[in-house]
Amino acid sequence: MMHSPFLRPAPGVRGVMLTVLLALLPGIAVYAWQFGAGILVNLLLASCTAVAAEAAMLRLRGRAVGLAVGDLSALVTAWLVALSLPPLVPWWLTVLAVLIAIVAAKHLYGGLGQNPFNPAMAAYCAMIVAYPALMSQWPAPGQLDFGAQLDLILGGPRNIDAISSATVLDALRTGLRTPGATVDALRQTSPFGAVGGSGWEWVGAAYLLGGFLLLARRVITWHMPLAFLLTLALVSGVAWLIHPAQFAPPWFHLASGGTLLAAFFIITDPVSGATTPRGKLIFGAGIALVAWLIRSFGAYPEGIAFAVLLMNICVPLIDMKTQPPVFGHRGGESP
Amino acid sequence: MTRQEFRELAHNGLWKQNPGLAQLLGLCPLLAISTNMVNAVSLGLATILVMALSNLAVACLRNFIPYEIRIPVFILIIAALVTVVDLAFNAYFHSLYLVLGIFIPLIVTNCIVLARVEAYAAKNPALTSTVDAIMMGTGLLGVLAVLGGLRELAASGTLLAGIEMVLPGASGLQVFGDDYPGFLLAALPPGAFFTLGCLIAAYNAINQRRAARRLQAPAPSADGQQAGASAPLTS
Repeated sequence: MMHSPFLRPAPGVRGVMLTVLLALLPGIAVYAWQFGAGILVNLLLASCTAVAAEAAMLRLRGRAVGLAVGDLSALVTAWLVALSLPPLVPWWLTVLAVLIAIVAAKHLYGGLGQNPFNPAMAAYCAMIVAYPALMSQWPAPGQLDFGAQLDLILGGPRNIDAISSATVLDALRTGLRTPGATVDALRQTSPFGAVGGSGWEWVGAAYLLGGFLLLARRVITWHMPLAFLLTLALVSGVAWLIHPAQFAPPWFHLASGGTLLAAFFIITDPVSGATTPRGKLIFGAGIALVAWLIRSFGAYPEGIAFAVLLMNICVPLIDMKTQPPVFGHRGGESP
Repeated sequence: MTRQEFRELAHNGLWKQNPGLAQLLGLCPLLAISTNMVNAVSLGLATILVMALSNLAVACLRNFIPYEIRIPVFILIIAALVTVVDLAFNAYFHSLYLVLGIFIPLIVTNCIVLARVEAYAAKNPALTSTVDAIMMGTGLLGVLAVLGGLRELAASGTLLAGIEMVLPGASGLQVFGDDYPGFLLAALPPGAFFTLGCLIAAYNAINQRRAARRLQAPAPSADGQQAGASAPLTS
């Protein structure tokens, strides 16, 4: 029952986080369908670690434990970490990544609402710097049954050739180093699907669906995803038109790696991202530009995580420079 | 030098104005070389040696150095002493010298050396100046040792690896088993900043706890002791 003046109460943190979790479900379902149920084990592991770490940190900081654990923000961080990591990393790597996200990137900076860096991406960066070999082992779709996956997650012996087909971004980067290799020739080989990575295209499409849910429920605004995806398409498209043998086409960049997960779920983190409308556009575009540069010229195959952290540092400046004029005042320089 | 003076110098150098934790001086070698404990302690010992010698030399010469050009003169004295230490390392610990490389000559630019010369040795007699340098240097050495030990333990699961470069016949400890995957981040430059940040946080926490306890004490002793400095001094 609504009364005039028809102002709806803003949803609390718990409601927003619950919507984000729901919007992730299609992506998780397709992920599990394409790559096996191992990801569900990782998600469970990450969730338990996150809740335990959140409760422990809140207790140490003398805050109300139950209230803050109940806001589900730790769970969202945990799921994003688990979905960013390769699905077959050993259990301790998932636990360590979530601990870094919750303890170091979130609570050492002052907890929810205070962290300048995206916790999930900070954890991802720490892991890819600390364990580059484990972090580059991605399975091909339907390659291992659940038992074999569970064995790997529990720390069983890792036969690298049997489990890892490099991600498409990785394969492209190493493949292009051999003289005479072209993007088109490489994209005929095994890890590549029709558009992006084989199997990952479907996961990406499901993330897109979840992203539309978030947009429809107004949990996120259109600015960041649109600026991010358009800029990525634009810069990769220009490079591809100039030199199609050396640069991947824009639709490949949009469909591979963590592009769609990042566009709707990661860069839209309300705490560590820009808050003004124009600032959000700059923030999203900046991430896309840096991510494309790292993917095309950098030392790591996937650059979105580093790009997010880099743009997180710029957020105070962006927000300061893009304050909208106060209603009734002229635009331009604010006093 | 009275016992009281000595205690004050020791307390200042080792804790209250610790170069690594409170003054945040000498961070370049502190962060760059503390990838393992042997490197860190070796460089720390070399720094103590340079600090003690330069404080002694400057304290002896302080009445003959024109005030206006004192800094270049200090630097010349320090550079000469660093060269001596550099050559000595090359002669006696050659393999360690190769590992530490540029960081031994770089002690010249370590601001803690110049800071103690300028702030203390230029105004005080030789004996107390030398004690001050040794205490300050030991404070830095302690931080270097803890930092190096923590980073080495996290990155490779060993302690004192490479000790045979200093003591032939000794060998490092394998703390974690062979299958320890190694947290590579700790050995990289960001790991140094993260670990030092944690150490400074612990230092400030201890100081705050001490200050709080002193406030709660019924009758504070009036011996002029101050609450621990929690804000780092700027250089």
